[in-house]
Amino acid sequence: MIRVAATAAALTLLSACGSQPSDVRQTGPNPQLPGQQPSLIPAMKIAKPTGWGDTRPTVPKGFAITAVATDLKVPRQMLVLPNGDLLVAEGKGGHAPKLRPKDVIAGYIKSLGTTSVKGGDRITLLRDADGDGRPELRTTFIDKLDAPYGMALVGNELFVAEQGALKRFDYVPGATSITTPAAVVTRLPSRINHHWTKSLAASADGSKLYVGVGSNSNVGERGMEVEQDRAVVWEIDRQTGAHRAIATGIRNPTALAIEPVTNGLWSVVNERDELGPRLVPDYLTQVRDGAFYGWPYSYYGRNVDPRAHPQRPDLVATAVAPDYALGSHVAALGLSFVTGGGWGGAFSEGAFVGEHGSWNRQDLAGYKVVWVPFAGGRPSGEPRDLVTGFIGPDGKARGRPVGVLYDAPRRALFIADDLSNTVWRVTPAVTTAAAGTGRARG
Amino acid sequence: MLAPTAAPWRIHPLHGVLLAFPVALFPAALAADLTYLGSAEMQWSNMAAWAITGALVFGAPALALSVFAALRRRATWAYPLLLALAWVAGLVNAFQHSQDAWASVGIGGLLLSLVSSGAVLAAGWLALGARSVVVRETVR
Repeated sequence: MIRVAATAAALTLLSACGSQPSDVRQTGPNPQLPGQQPSLIPAMKIAKPTGWGDTRPTVPKGFAITAVATDLKVPRQMLVLPNGDLLVAEGKGGHAPKLRPKDVIAGYIKSLGTTSVKGGDRITLLRDADGDGRPELRTTFIDKLDAPYGMALVGNELFVAEQGALKRFDYVPGATSITTPAAVVTRLPSRINHHWTKSLAASADGSKLYVGVGSNSNVGERGMEVEQDRAVVWEIDRQTGAHRAIATGIRNPTALAIEPVTNGLWSVVNERDELGPRLVPDYLTQVRDGAFYGWPYSYYGRNVDPRAHPQRPDLVATAVAPDYALGSHVAALGLSFVTGGGWGGAFSEGAFVGEHGSWNRQDLAGYKVVWVPFAGGRPSGEPRDLVTGFIGPDGKARGRPVGVLYDAPRRALFIADDLSNTVWRVTPAVTTAAAGTGRARG
Repeated sequence: MLAPTAAPWRIHPLHGVLLAFPVALFPAALAADLTYLGSAEMQWSNMAAWAITGALVFGAPALALSVFAALRRRATWAYPLLLALAWVAGLVNAFQHSQDAWASVGIGGLLLSLVSSGAVLAAGWLALGARSVVVRETVR
């Protein structure tokens, strides 16, 4: 018996010490998927937070970046109103009970890489009427929300996806706060809320609202009965609140957006952990009506995950592979397409993706905003790092990008940073120079 | 040929109570693992994870006391060695049980639970029957 134990222990430990894979291409339409490398002790590498000091995120030559708001309370997603006012949803949700020792220990370690600020549970309005990147007005637009995340405006109806309900507010153009009570369009799945963020987008014609609902576990370890209505994208009728799932098995669709050429619905999705440092790539995909994206039974089409039990070969046979890989564990949380020609040149058509950054690999990944070029409404080419420097030379994290938002009339990209509690604004330097402010770099 | 010996060693009550935890909890984890493998209900894997954790927490001071007893030649070395085997297998098994869903037990987890259970039961048998152990030690 002793020999059996020693052999078993040695085998398990060996698998834990597996060497890092030589690097593989994990972005674009056909990512390389190495073999599964589960390890006895999951790789946990958290970049310790530190302040920005005099530094700021790095942008390419010809661009400028400024902080338009600091001291927010965990900013996540943003929305720009027709008059140029910027809304910032702030909050921290989830109420998943700790079921086993791992939940206690891993939860503590992950908390070391996040802000200690309590979520605001509110939406803040920033008004920068002269467009110099320094808002003249900052107000609490809507208060006393429950972990608001996705936002969408249709006409004068403002929709806010809280962690447990989709709410509608009456918006009066120019308003700087809303105090009238909201109408509940529909309740959203909120039991446990392991992945609590409810992303939101309105269809191009405004008749439908799309809400992304993340899974209640990494890969079903809380039991599949709590995964009812999870890992789905709902299509909700704006008038009646009736819903149907248009996509399933889509593990954690953290941001939704309408692609402006085809008016198709796209999402960035966070894939599963603990299969190794190079599995499974997070992805950007068009959300196809009726598609099953595999979770928890398989990933990237029909690559079976043995941790799901009982297995479902019938479902795996129908699993759809996503369109475009973003890299393993990058934690894509933001998605915004450019419209109106964007910044021109290489930035005429495509999407910005905010990558919050990894915990489940030794070499940090993500912690940046990338640009995914599109052509004819489809991804076209490799992603390009646009805003970096969130990890400093000392290996510590200055910030972590969440939502991204391209504001076409002002040709500005906004980035919500939930570690330094800042909203950043990226603009072509020439535009700000032409505007005569000369302060964009300051 | 029984040699005279010092007062027979009797396990200290604190040592005995601490030892009781791994003796009860490792076999409890084994039973929970078997139930999980038969049902795929996560609660049994979770229960095994907590049982193993409890066995490790209370087993560590029991292991220290067992080494101390062996050093003072009050107990045979087989006792701390068996307890150490149970504890180390339990530690590996705690990480095994931190895997997600079906990977949390598997053949490896079941084998480790068997090793921990067998070793801790043998260790408990030796510790609680220590009187005869001391005599045998002295004879040799």
